[in-house]
Amino acid sequence: MIETEEKTTRAETQQCEILAFCCNFCAYAAADLAGARRMQYPANVRIVHVPCTGKVEVQQILAAFERGIDGVLVAGCLEGGCHFVEGNLRARRRAEAAQRILDEIGLGGERLRMVNLSASEAPTFVARVREMVETVERLGPSPLHRRRLESEG
Amino acid sequence: MIVASRKSIAEMKEVLAGHDKVLFVGCGTCVTVCLAGGEREVGIMSYAMRMARRLDGRPLEIEQMTIERQCENEFIAELAPAAERNEAILSFGCGAGVQAIAERFPEKPVYAALDTQFLGILEEQAVWAEKCLGCGSCVLSQFGGICPITRCAKRLLNGPCGGSSEDGCESDPDRPCAWQLIYRRLKAIGQLDNLTEIVPPKDWRTSWHAGPRRVVREEHRV
Repeated sequence: MIETEEKTTRAETQQCEILAFCCNFCAYAAADLAGARRMQYPANVRIVHVPCTGKVEVQQILAAFERGIDGVLVAGCLEGGCHFVEGNLRARRRAEAAQRILDEIGLGGERLRMVNLSASEAPTFVARVREMVETVERLGPSPLHRRRLESEG
Repeated sequence: MIVASRKSIAEMKEVLAGHDKVLFVGCGTCVTVCLAGGEREVGIMSYAMRMARRLDGRPLEIEQMTIERQCENEFIAELAPAAERNEAILSFGCGAGVQAIAERFPEKPVYAALDTQFLGILEEQAVWAEKCLGCGSCVLSQFGGICPITRCAKRLLNGPCGGSSEDGCESDPDRPCAWQLIYRRLKAIGQLDNLTEIVPPKDWRTSWHAGPRRVVREEHRV
């Protein structure tokens, strides 16, 4: 799935690119609702639909960064509201572990963020995406992406 | 079980600085169980090291492989073709695993990705505690199955030091006093009399103090 996302039109837009792992029961539905309500949110977020944020592995997050993604959002249910009881709590710990690794390698843990929201919170989803885009724009494009562009000429 | 933890990425980068193509080898036994050097951890560290090296402007090519046990030649044999293809090997095994691989491939630099710590057990999810020092002359039968050599900070054999408080060890109050545990356990199993015997100073010759040990079982040799 990540491979497919990589081939998007980043080179044309030169905008930062955010990958959002969205839980089926909350963030994905909230994103859907935001669309249905015609709410505007930055177009540079790519959504990966997951059954639960507990399904997201550290390796998948790192794989996205290795491929040049500028920021990753892991969006799960409110704490206590996970359909699989503790998937979102596990996801938070894994995201924290991935943040530590990103800090260690010098890419910066700020590029990864875990957020919690419910299915009805379309405005929250939009706000979280905007915040993430702002953070990433402040940090600048991922140095791994810059190098990729350079190597591609 | 052997418990280990991974080294920092900075340390790994330093040892691999002179190489461009490295084989990362995981071990499917103890370090997989203690979540330090199994297939998953090797995968995570491969992503991290590839990114770290790209950020430094000198990309690193990584091949990954996880074998059942790094401390046995039979399993290490599977590594031969991959070892041949790579400049060096980064082992995610315990100290024994790293050395076994280094012995098997004398021409290849072999580096350690983990710090091997102790023989222990899983106390609760993701928490491991040291239980055995491998001293070579077990005293567990005498002390109700609780090892004072490993679990008492002062390795006392004739009762507590007197520094413990609220059941906690003097050197770390969060760690239980081994002698408190021994007393309770012996009381529960009706063997408090064991404590009336004076234990002479321990003979440490059976431990590693006399150099690396070796075990030979003649009846099983071929």
